[in-house]
Amino acid sequence: MSKVVGSSGAGRRQAVKCLLWGGAGVLWSFAGGVPRPLRLGAEAQAGEIRGFTFGQISDSHIGFKAGVHPSAEDTLQEAVARMAAVEPEFVIHTGDVSHLATAEQFASAAQLMQGVKREVFYVPGEHDTIGDDGKLFFERFGRGRGGSELRNPGALAQGSGGWYSFDAHGVHFVGLINVLNLTSTGLGTIGAPQLKWLQKDLASRGVSTPIVLFAHMPLWSIYPQWGWGTQDAAPVLAAVRRFGSVTILNGHIHQVIQKVEGNVTYHTAYSTAFPQPAPGVGPGPGPLKVPADKLRMLLGIRRVEVVSDRAMLTDATLAS
Amino acid sequence: MSHSSRSPGTLPVLLALLSAILCATTLVSTSHPASAAAAPAAGRSIVTIRGFSFEPRVLTVASGTTVLWINEDDDVHTIKSKDGPAMFQSPALDSGGKYGFTFDHPGTYHYICSVHPYMHGEIVVR
Repeated sequence: MSKVVGSSGAGRRQAVKCLLWGGAGVLWSFAGGVPRPLRLGAEAQAGEIRGFTFGQISDSHIGFKAGVHPSAEDTLQEAVARMAAVEPEFVIHTGDVSHLATAEQFASAAQLMQGVKREVFYVPGEHDTIGDDGKLFFERFGRGRGGSELRNPGALAQGSGGWYSFDAHGVHFVGLINVLNLTSTGLGTIGAPQLKWLQKDLASRGVSTPIVLFAHMPLWSIYPQWGWGTQDAAPVLAAVRRFGSVTILNGHIHQVIQKVEGNVTYHTAYSTAFPQPAPGVGPGPGPLKVPADKLRMLLGIRRVEVVSDRAMLTDATLAS
Repeated sequence: MSHSSRSPGTLPVLLALLSAILCATTLVSTSHPASAAAAPAAGRSIVTIRGFSFEPRVLTVASGTTVLWINEDDDVHTIKSKDGPAMFQSPALDSGGKYGFTFDHPGTYHYICSVHPYMHGEIVVR
């Protein structure tokens, strides 16, 4: 860097670039005072990452009702209206779309979700697979199982079990399924075929490609006694560890808990239907009973803004 | 008063009395199985799902009994057999939901809730 001296503007820019070399292999440049990333080497030809926003909705549990609790349809509708106001590029739904995996509940959820006016990428929760291993879910929401098609199907990579990946603005998104074949302690399972597919899916990606993994059950151990974890999450983590920026988005536990492990950040999300107790508090992970005027402080949506290779998350409650 | 001060004849008398009671109980349970607390009765038995557990966790019934599960939790549960002489699986039981299964073959049946597989229960059919 000491060689990059001189009074020319080009020289100074070069110096700035060198100084701002990021660990994730992203080079920052400044245009009009706004930092924006440039991709390096071969990656640069694949197109640079520009800032964009996507949304996460989780655990809508359509069909759930208990006592004086407002219907899950009503609170999803509120969540959808808030998400529409965010104007994300697309939305991911991290599962438990329905409460009882009935065709009517899926139809109702799909209709309400149209309110976001954006494409929605779904992965199933364990409630969506009760009784039929997700047959009805995949029929309506699946990718590559006869379900809805991506607007640009060429960009979608499909796995045999309903998992898939796609790219958006240089960010690689992977939707995983970990709610089939729960362990005897209720932990999620990725399974060998899906893991093999994931390794292959990631193999051709450069380390500077930001990765967003989403799945219903947490991909780290939050409270295994309640099945709040995934038994074979370790090899998934091993498959993504080499990447400079990995964001893992989950649902299932109806509250926001986050963890950072090197370049990997984990985030669970609010439900739009009902809160659940803090890990291990009470006899089980049933709906948490809260006063009606407190409920919407514990339900919410997530906005994710991708700037450079970093995902910035904002969790907004339905009371905010 | 300690046992050592008891008269020599007390213990045999007590044992004899105890034997008589046991014999009587045996006789009763043989002739009228339904009236003895320990013996299973055919008919209907109930397992309550409450606080993410099955109550009772182990239920002993006579062959031919229909066991009825009632979900008193706010969350969804299912009944799914793990092993035993016959397999059974309920649909999703919402809060207040019920499911019945008639056990016609003696043996031990283990079952779980497929949504929360750490919930275990057992039906013993005699």
